[in-house]
Amino acid sequence: MQPAEQRDEVEMLWLMLLIRRFEERASQQYQAQKIGGFCHLYIGQEAVVAGAIAAIRFDDYIITAYRDHAHALARGTSANACMAELFGKDTGCSRGLGGSMHFFDKEHHMYGGHAIVGAHVPLACGLAFACKYRNEDRVTLCFFGDGAINQGAFHEALNLAALFKLPVIFICENNLFAMGTSVERSTSLKQIVDRAEGYDIPGCVVDGMNFRHVRDTLSEVVESIRKDPHPAFVEVRTYRYRGHSMSDPASYRTKEQLEKYRLDDPITRLRAQLTREGKLTNEKFDELDKEAKRIALESVKFAEQSDEPPLEKLYDYTYV
Amino acid sequence: MQMREITYRQALNEALAEELARDPNVFLMGEEVAEYNGAYKVSQGLLERFGPKRIIDTPISENGFAGLGVGAAMVGLRPIIEFMTFSFSLVAFDQVVNNAPNMLTMSGGQFNIPITFRGPNGPAHQLGATHSHATECLYASVPGLKVCTPATPRDAKGLLKTAVRDNNPVLVLESELLYSSKGMVEPAETELLIPLGEAEVKREGSDVTIVCYAQTVALALAVAEKLEDEDISAEVLDLRSIKPLDERAIYDSVAKTHRVVIVEQDRPFCGVGAEVCYRIQKNIFDELDAPIGRVSQEDVPMPYNERLEKAVLPNAEKLIAAVKKVCYA
Ligand SMILES: Cc1ncc(C[n+]2csc(CCOP(=O)(O)OP(=O)(O)O)c2C)c(N)n1
Ligand SMILES: [Mg+2]
Repeated sequence: MQPAEQRDEVEMLWLMLLIRRFEERASQQYQAQKIGGFCHLYIGQEAVVAGAIAAIRFDDYIITAYRDHAHALARGTSANACMAELFGKDTGCSRGLGGSMHFFDKEHHMYGGHAIVGAHVPLACGLAFACKYRNEDRVTLCFFGDGAINQGAFHEALNLAALFKLPVIFICENNLFAMGTSVERSTSLKQIVDRAEGYDIPGCVVDGMNFRHVRDTLSEVVESIRKDPHPAFVEVRTYRYRGHSMSDPASYRTKEQLEKYRLDDPITRLRAQLTREGKLTNEKFDELDKEAKRIALESVKFAEQSDEPPLEKLYDYTYV
Repeated sequence: MQMREITYRQALNEALAEELARDPNVFLMGEEVAEYNGAYKVSQGLLERFGPKRIIDTPISENGFAGLGVGAAMVGLRPIIEFMTFSFSLVAFDQVVNNAPNMLTMSGGQFNIPITFRGPNGPAHQLGATHSHATECLYASVPGLKVCTPATPRDAKGLLKTAVRDNNPVLVLESELLYSSKGMVEPAETELLIPLGEAEVKREGSDVTIVCYAQTVALALAVAEKLEDEDISAEVLDLRSIKPLDERAIYDSVAKTHRVVIVEQDRPFCGVGAEVCYRIQKNIFDELDAPIGRVSQEDVPMPYNERLEKAVLPNAEKLIAAVKKVCYA
């Protein structure tokens, strides 16, 4: 595996395109009722996971909430396995048993997809605890939303991480809303990052629409943790373009706000940076986008043609 | 009296509005209940009518606001705490199980806790293992908690109103899949109160009793209709309350039909049906002409896949087979 910091930026732009095109397809397939249950899209937030992934090694751990398609794709789970999971197929990353909110991929060190808000934050401490226990220098990235910071589990986990000096980075993807509740209406602090201070955990704020800013900040944090295990907190300011889930019309926010963030689109931004620096041509970008679209479309075909999990499997993964 | 057809959602909304209007100590608190009008729109219009002092949005802090409710109830307010779903009440389990019901006993009778916990419960559709919990068996096993499970708009309204007026903790377990279902309900001006602990025969029959509640009531009624074609006359008994349990109604029906199938939306191991079954055989064993049948979920975490989910849930096929078995048909 190449050192994280050197991961090619064009490749990371491609990842962001893949995430977006994949989710556009997922949205379409949800509307066609090929996908059931709840489905939460990540569109607009791509630079967060891409920047974070670019800052770590393959053997590091990641864990996240239910808005998890992008995290699996970023980890290297195939678009086919992701789409098949949404379709509830046996070829899905959780064998069709988890669905959109419960993506898992052990091989790629993706420890879920967790749908109870805040409940996976202590799990991240456990992953990090195990790494430290075994004297490994892996870091654990724990992603969660702005809504999760008011759960008891979150607070207990932060204290444990600080107390035990666990190599875990708490990444709060602050997209300004938890469902229809804005951060001002949910949280007593002006800045989410100030939560970290209360636990004596170093914290910083990052522009989540800027891939490089996310990557560079996290790279520094990761480096310091590898040298000397400790927790860190990163508040990433970002925005989701779509509603909370497929059934949310998002009437609690203004068109102007959405437009403001769309104009600051993370893909457009990285593209412009690379083009300006002569690292990307328009032709190359179009080629990448075409490829991302092709893979997303392929994944739908793959999911459609895959088998359902057999009924006999019902008890296969239940031990009692 | 002119009955009207309204939805289950609207029935709950009316119950909330009437109780809020009647008693200034009543308030509604939960995630997205105010400005968003409820994740499932049960509290539609209440913020506008009663204002932010009484219709209160919270952060995602179930343990916190459930406990806040218990504390407020200790000093005489009458909180209605909405869980966006009862799957999320598990995060507040300690408050619901430890603080709410124990307080009266522990304090030697000093503190009643007049609190209502409500929200959708039970599997909906393809929500996966974390979001599909049927919690009635967990909560009904706790001394001091009353648990009701309305299946119709009328029961939803009448039971919720009664719950709010009860001086002790009551859980009103609604159902996402029922919110848009319709049924006849008394006019808005009439006071509709349905006592806790009263089952209702939703359909009369003579050959077999189907004991059901919440989501399985509609299933039982549909199956009873079908069985009519095969000359099996099924009585459908809706428990409405899991605790207190209307044993009298169960025994009366069984004494008439001598055969019973219990169909429940929770799991088989330590489920509601296990308790009902035990009581029937203990108290009226001689009335039984066949072993008691039981249909519940399969004993596995809920799979996302639609076909597997269907295989886990009770359905018409399973219920018909169980009825035929007890009828030796
Ligand atoms: C304990 C718990 N309570 C409530 C919910 C319902 N719920 C799911 S997502 C969500 C909002 C979370 O917002 P945030 O953490 O900001 O993440 P985002 O959706 O913005 O990515 C809520 C209330 C839940 N899943 N778990
Ligand atoms: Mg958010």
